[in-house]
Amino acid sequence: MDMILGHYNYWMVIIIMMAGFYTVISRGNLVKKIVGLNIFQVSVFLLYISIGNVKGGATPIIEKGVDLYSNPLPHVLILTAIVVGVATTALGLALVVRIKEAYGTIEEDDIHNQDQSL
Amino acid sequence: MAVIVKHNLILRVVAKFIIPLIFLFALYVQFHGDFGPGGGFQAGVIFSAAIILYALVFGADKAKRVITPYVLRLLASLGVLIYAGTGVATIVLGGNFLEYGVLASSQVAGQHLGILVIELGVGITVMSVMLIIFFAFAERGQAVLSSNAESEQE
Amino acid sequence: MIENHLSLLLVALPLLAAPIVAVLPNGRLPWALSTLVSWSVCYLAAWQLINVSSGQVISYELGGWAPPWGIEYRIDAANALVALIVSGIAALTLPYALKSVIKEIPHQQHALFYAAFMLCLTGLLGIAQTGDIFNLFVFLEISSLSSYALISLGKQRQALTAAYQYLIMGTIGATFFIIGVGLLYAMTGTLNMADLAQRLPELYEHRTIHTAFAFIMVGFALKLALFPLHLWLPNAYTYAPTVVTIFLAATATKVAVYVMLRMVFTVFGFSFIENTPTDELFLLLCVTAILSMSFYAIYQKDSKRLLAYSSVAQIAYMMLGIGLGSVLGVTATLVHLFNHALMKGALFMAIGALIYRVGSSRLEHFSGLGKQMPWTFAAIVIGGLSLIGVPGTAGFISKWYLVLAAIEQQHWLIVGVILMGSLLAVAYVWKIIEVLYFNATDEREQQNTAVKEAPLMMLIPMWVLVLANIYFGFNTELTVGTAEQAVKLLMPGAN
Repeated sequence: MDMILGHYNYWMVIIIMMAGFYTVISRGNLVKKIVGLNIFQVSVFLLYISIGNVKGGATPIIEKGVDLYSNPLPHVLILTAIVVGVATTALGLALVVRIKEAYGTIEEDDIHNQDQSL
Repeated sequence: MAVIVKHNLILRVVAKFIIPLIFLFALYVQFHGDFGPGGGFQAGVIFSAAIILYALVFGADKAKRVITPYVLRLLASLGVLIYAGTGVATIVLGGNFLEYGVLASSQVAGQHLGILVIELGVGITVMSVMLIIFFAFAERGQAVLSSNAESEQE
Repeated sequence: MIENHLSLLLVALPLLAAPIVAVLPNGRLPWALSTLVSWSVCYLAAWQLINVSSGQVISYELGGWAPPWGIEYRIDAANALVALIVSGIAALTLPYALKSVIKEIPHQQHALFYAAFMLCLTGLLGIAQTGDIFNLFVFLEISSLSSYALISLGKQRQALTAAYQYLIMGTIGATFFIIGVGLLYAMTGTLNMADLAQRLPELYEHRTIHTAFAFIMVGFALKLALFPLHLWLPNAYTYAPTVVTIFLAATATKVAVYVMLRMVFTVFGFSFIENTPTDELFLLLCVTAILSMSFYAIYQKDSKRLLAYSSVAQIAYMMLGIGLGSVLGVTATLVHLFNHALMKGALFMAIGALIYRVGSSRLEHFSGLGKQMPWTFAAIVIGGLSLIGVPGTAGFISKWYLVLAAIEQQHWLIVGVILMGSLLAVAYVWKIIEVLYFNATDEREQQNTAVKEAPLMMLIPMWVLVLANIYFGFNTELTVGTAEQAVKLLMPGAN
């Protein structure tokens, strides 16, 4: 029981990660693929935030009378990864818009039928 | 389209009231970033959210009159230049890249100044890039909408 | 003063240039500035290589924060060699780019194109320079995002789907990499590669470390297009604008191979890898890749796609060296990394010149061009010989070391596969040459008689690379010498 409840957030990370990854692989709709990619990345954000937590640690802002802080570094790292994720999503969606204009569809199968390129 | 917008009286009044507050909050997050939670990323996004709200309520064309795409491109570049320029400045002053300590007379004052300038650069770039992304998608959507409307009329 | 900041300026210069280029008016100005920057970066990279060539390690602390807390740029012979390849290819590609870009990219996007090119250069150089594993991820994404954008600028609509496919697979690869980095950080509390290398040996048995290793390896296998994770590469190379194909083919996968070397030998240490099935798996995948991808290349009808499949096979040669895990093997990897950049750069430039004149990359449209464009044709012949590994060319040196490494460990099968790969390379290189020179009766040739030799701005960078292919076939001081220095630092236990 402790195996599940004690590592609750890590189990969540795994579930979200697999859900996202599965969506990327299985869906033929290009927008859904990007949604899946986002879910996949969110699981990594959660993983990093979980790593940063120190049991009983306070918010990492210096205060009198507190000497145990959570580790702020993973949060800073993941802020960078979030920004990268936003950029990737924007670029991916921009490509989808252009694909829609060029092919008239965003279904992988239809695009493949048109010129065998995906 | 224009007719629909005119009817949203509540939205327009509330937006006019709330947009200055969002700007103010963005500036607070920006300049309080070296003492508490906050910084350029967050401030930039909040700042752009205000303009995006304006664009949503009053139309993208009006928002573009406030801040033109060319200005946005200049601002996005400017932010990166502020960041990299600070790094070069610290090298010229005898430190390593982004070693803020050499920027002012004391180590602590230098760190404060350095992070403030850097975050300003980040804020400007994030704000303008978010708006560039927003306008890029909004424009495309309008182009498709108008072409659809034309084809329906035919 | 510059000498103290060399390692940083290599990354900072193109980073500074990118925003300036982006706001310059379209025309020749963005191109001129990018070219200037790429030349100065190349000069700095050569300077840096001289500084570390006798085995020194340069450490640069960003922001004055001492490692392992701050980000550290840690330069040894391996980094410097990779940085020189990347900046050198950029410095040759940009002069070549002027005419090709005018023809292939809409005029209003020129400034942004060169800005993205500078960002891509920043990212690739950053990966080569940094000694911090998370910083590496950031640079990886800078280079990847800009290369997705660059690929999507191709003329045909397939460029969009190719870029999208690369975006999905590249992002999965990068995300796998940060999952691995996160797990490593959770176990060791450090992100500095040198520090990780010290802390990891006592944790070798721990399952989290094995998981982290698996994530990092798969992530980068995607990035470097290791068979069977190479699916994005042929489309991306085929449909990207010519200049982008030249630059990415010669640098992006090489940088990923370098990261693989760093991870395997510096961070985890080969003693860790030996206890996992990774090295055998690498050998198996590489052997399959060399044979199958070379076969694929023979049956392609598009010149760029043919060379792209050949690239996947050549990357497998590099990974073969890592899989063998011996001093000779890793030397071969580093030498081939350098030489392959030279030959693929030269070949793609020559193909690009043909495309510039004919407007298509399909082989059948090239009929009889060999007589109209003798210099370009000669470049393809010499580049092709180097790709095959004929003595007297750079390609021979790297294959020689690879064969020696395989013989040393008595992997006779691998020796056979390397030789077989060369034979298959003869077949696909011949296919291009045949179309260019010997298909004289084809009716297309009638249309191609008016075609003139490629402009001088394209011929000069192309021939610099071709001559480099011959030069490094005879003088191996720079390539093998530097590689041996690098291997001494990568594998301190051996020899």
